[in-house]
Amino acid sequence: MKRRFFLIPLVLFLGLLIFLALGLRHDPREIPSPLINKAAPAFDLPTLSSDQHFKPSDYLGRVWMFNVWATWCVACQAEHPVLVAFAKSSGLPIVGLSYKEIQPQDEEKAPLSFEAKLTLARLRSRVWLGRHGDPYQLSVLDLDGKVGIDYGVYGVPETYLIDPEGVIRYKHIGPMSSEILANEVLPLARTLQKGS
Amino acid sequence: MLVELGHFALMLALMVALIQGVLPLLGTLGAARLPWIPLSLRWGWLHMARASTFLQWALVSFAFFALEWAFLHNDFSVAYVVQHSNSLLPRPYQFAALWGGHEGSLLLWVFLLGFWSSAVAFFSRSLPLSMVARVLGVMGLISFGFLCFILTTSDPFVRVFPPAMEGRDLNPLLQDPGLVIHPPMLYMGYVGMSVAFAFAIAALLAGRLDAAWARWSRPWTVIAWTFLSLGIGLGSWWAYYELGWGGWWFWDPVENASLMPWLVGTALIHSLMVTEKRGTFKAWTVLLAIAAFSLSLLGTFLVRSGVLTSVHAFASDPARGIFILVFLALVVGSSLTLFAWRAPQVGEGGFVNLVSRETFLLTNSILMCVATLAVLLGTLYPLVIDALGQGKLSVGPPYFNLVFAPIMVPLIFIMVPGSLLRWREAKIADILPYLWVPGLGAAVVSAGLCFWMGSWSWGVLGGFWLGAWVALAGVQQMVLRLKRPGRIGGSFWGMQLAHLGLAIVVMGVTGVKSFEVERDVRMGIGDEVQIQAYTFRLLGMQDVKGPNYEAVRARVQVLKNGQEVKTMLPEKRRYYSSAMPMTEAAIDSGVLQDLYVSLGDALQGDTPQWSMRVYYKPFVPWLWAGVLVMVLGGFLAALDRRYRMGYATESQGEGGETAAASLTPHATRA
Amino acid sequence: MNIFARTMNTPWLVKKAQTHSPCLAPLWVLVVWCCLITPGWAGQAQPLAQDPVLEQRMVDIAQELRCLVCQNESLASSHADLAEDLRREVRTLLQQGKSDEDIKAYLVARYGDFVLYRPQVKPMTWVLWFGPLVAMLLGIIGLVVYLKRGQSKAAQAGPQPLSEAERARLDVLMKDGRGL
Repeated sequence: MKRRFFLIPLVLFLGLLIFLALGLRHDPREIPSPLINKAAPAFDLPTLSSDQHFKPSDYLGRVWMFNVWATWCVACQAEHPVLVAFAKSSGLPIVGLSYKEIQPQDEEKAPLSFEAKLTLARLRSRVWLGRHGDPYQLSVLDLDGKVGIDYGVYGVPETYLIDPEGVIRYKHIGPMSSEILANEVLPLARTLQKGS
Repeated sequence: MLVELGHFALMLALMVALIQGVLPLLGTLGAARLPWIPLSLRWGWLHMARASTFLQWALVSFAFFALEWAFLHNDFSVAYVVQHSNSLLPRPYQFAALWGGHEGSLLLWVFLLGFWSSAVAFFSRSLPLSMVARVLGVMGLISFGFLCFILTTSDPFVRVFPPAMEGRDLNPLLQDPGLVIHPPMLYMGYVGMSVAFAFAIAALLAGRLDAAWARWSRPWTVIAWTFLSLGIGLGSWWAYYELGWGGWWFWDPVENASLMPWLVGTALIHSLMVTEKRGTFKAWTVLLAIAAFSLSLLGTFLVRSGVLTSVHAFASDPARGIFILVFLALVVGSSLTLFAWRAPQVGEGGFVNLVSRETFLLTNSILMCVATLAVLLGTLYPLVIDALGQGKLSVGPPYFNLVFAPIMVPLIFIMVPGSLLRWREAKIADILPYLWVPGLGAAVVSAGLCFWMGSWSWGVLGGFWLGAWVALAGVQQMVLRLKRPGRIGGSFWGMQLAHLGLAIVVMGVTGVKSFEVERDVRMGIGDEVQIQAYTFRLLGMQDVKGPNYEAVRARVQVLKNGQEVKTMLPEKRRYYSSAMPMTEAAIDSGVLQDLYVSLGDALQGDTPQWSMRVYYKPFVPWLWAGVLVMVLGGFLAALDRRYRMGYATESQGEGGETAAASLTPHATRA
Repeated sequence: MNIFARTMNTPWLVKKAQTHSPCLAPLWVLVVWCCLITPGWAGQAQPLAQDPVLEQRMVDIAQELRCLVCQNESLASSHADLAEDLRREVRTLLQQGKSDEDIKAYLVARYGDFVLYRPQVKPMTWVLWFGPLVAMLLGIIGLVVYLKRGQSKAAQAGPQPLSEAERARLDVLMKDGRGL
């Protein structure tokens, strides 16, 4: 009986080892979203092209993709061609969220009014989309990042998939790749479409 | 060319480490196990232990200095130098940049491991050869593992072609005297724990564990512990003055990774005392020795594998993570298997009386291990939950502060009776005068401190009382011991100073956490802010240029009760090589408090104004002073004459007497 | 800037001089004299925050929250953009009168448990919160059991005398002090 006590440290260590090995395969920086299977938070934001506003409820009844991007984001440039190709091939509507387009550097000389920020953001985004392609049905402007916080955005780019009832069903953090779009997003979108 | 030679030397060192690790251990196997190997050959292998150790260290040292040469001569054809250095970097930082990144810090690891191995080889004349062979063999195997790791996944000698025009510069946060000294001290501690580990494994392999083994192990463990204490203290101090917001402990995974071997190391030292004096707790001591080094290795894994996020973490690479994990599995797994197999044979100890010094030391072990478990649990819990697919959670300072303190309180409390009680059999009644006298003094001191600071609470009073009690009890013991004739050994001073140092740290922690004041203000030229008796006035701003940076410097005049005391110069630096600005806080350290001023950004407004953070931090210097006292105690304990004179002093029994043995009139010498 | 000039430019003092009769001149002189002899009166640094009390509450909450884009820093001490945004958000919620619990729930609803530095006490974290306590109790109980068992064993058997072989070995060891 006594002898078995001496095995306890080894057994505990092996248990620890298993967890450490499993931990190697996970990325500690990736935060899973608590918003999965919850209603997409409401918002009412101006769009890029006109003075019309967009709300998520406008798209009830269809499956759509919500992509968080910005012209200052380097990784967004990397994922952009993938999104453009995907938008053309799949027909899935993509709504863009221009996240904090106006950065502190833009206000170094003098603070800008809300109107001035809106104008500058629209101008920069249109130029950028013109150069890199526009996969978006429409793009809304979240200048102060509040909507981003509501959606749990902590880095750019991030992508959500929203179902016809307005519930978030999927979130991807970081740049999209064509593999993920083909293997995860598209099948899920089709399932959600059928389900409605 | 020198870089290539250094690289080659490292490869040679790998092979020598293999020899060092395998042959001496084979040599210790008796004729029964290896009948086909003649005795003369086995004898030769035993003797190779020391020679191969020295050779291995010489080769690793050559590699180390080759890389340093590359740094000091701005050899930007070496990829590692490009990543971590710059021609404008001041010389001392070019030297220290070697351990600023993952690959170089591992080279520092094996360099120090070679140093410790050589030290053991050199100072072990009085040890039996088979014991030396086993110890050096185990250390050789560890060196082999690390050298494999370096040469396969983390080679600092990789060249880059074409050579870069200029290096990327050392991270500005690391360009600091603290960088030069903190990692080497910390690594000396980590690596030093391998000596205790090697001694433990050697004892298990030999199947014999006795008081003599404990006596050999103890000074090595104490020195490693001392360096670890110094390294942790330096790291804490460096974070305090470098990061600019006055914090000194963040329960970051890497900090925890250094604290855990320290906690277990402390338990180990105390447990070794018991094994040395009474021959009990043998299996427990061996287990602690294995645990201390395992935690060092675990720390290495956590920092370099990318498994946990930390401000200290090196850039992660899955291949490295897997390698260290496998290494960890082999080293710890095999040692714990050996433990499970051999420890039961090593023998029972005697029995232990309920009231005796041994009991208190065993309680110390248990509480230290519980504290280690708490820290380990908190550090690894996010990993476990994520691995189980239960999502992600964070465990931060609120958890650690809440859980760690209640475990520490009883631990510090038992320090006083533990250092007073006799071995074997004791009575509490005997030591009561040495308990309540300092207890009363401590009550006066804690009340006095609270009165001076102007506020109190039960927690603050309790914290001050605990620290003051340990300190005053220690002073009482020292005074009474000095009155008695006879030599006082290093062990006695070591114990007293180490306990005193910890007491000072406890009082420092209590004081700074309860009484620190922070003011976040906007200041224009001529504006003032007042905290307690001090007034801080902004006199002016100027632009300054450093060797590889430009800075804005504020002149802040400090007045105490109207009299000018000091001028403080906080800066905000912009290094040429990095976009992020760095805050250099100005700190004025007194005996009883620190004044801390941190310069923020320029603010927009009609008049030029800057955001400033001004802190009044009482008792912070006590944190650093306490650590230094502990470190001094550690060195004195390790240098006790008993260890340096081999067997000879065993019968004389000098030094290391218990305080109570000296104090109580009818004490028996144990 | 000249302190005297600054006080002279203050509107209410100017008004006073204009609207009141010269018999209040001594008061005027007294006020000016006080300003001259207490140089600390002018130039008190204002707190950086609009509302220091609210700010302190915000900092207390932020110290228990994690900066999501940093390598393990609290929301209170981080300089990241998102951290600034979230601190602003917390300030706004505090101004709306929300409690500490509400604010934490607000952030957890958006970012998950990851954002809390103090894990909630729920079945998933019981091991975390109660583990050390359980370990301590087990340790103390184990210690007591070990001591009691040792005592009973000692009571049964006194110290054993050395056997002949052991005595001989002892002599050898005492003589030359070396052994393998």
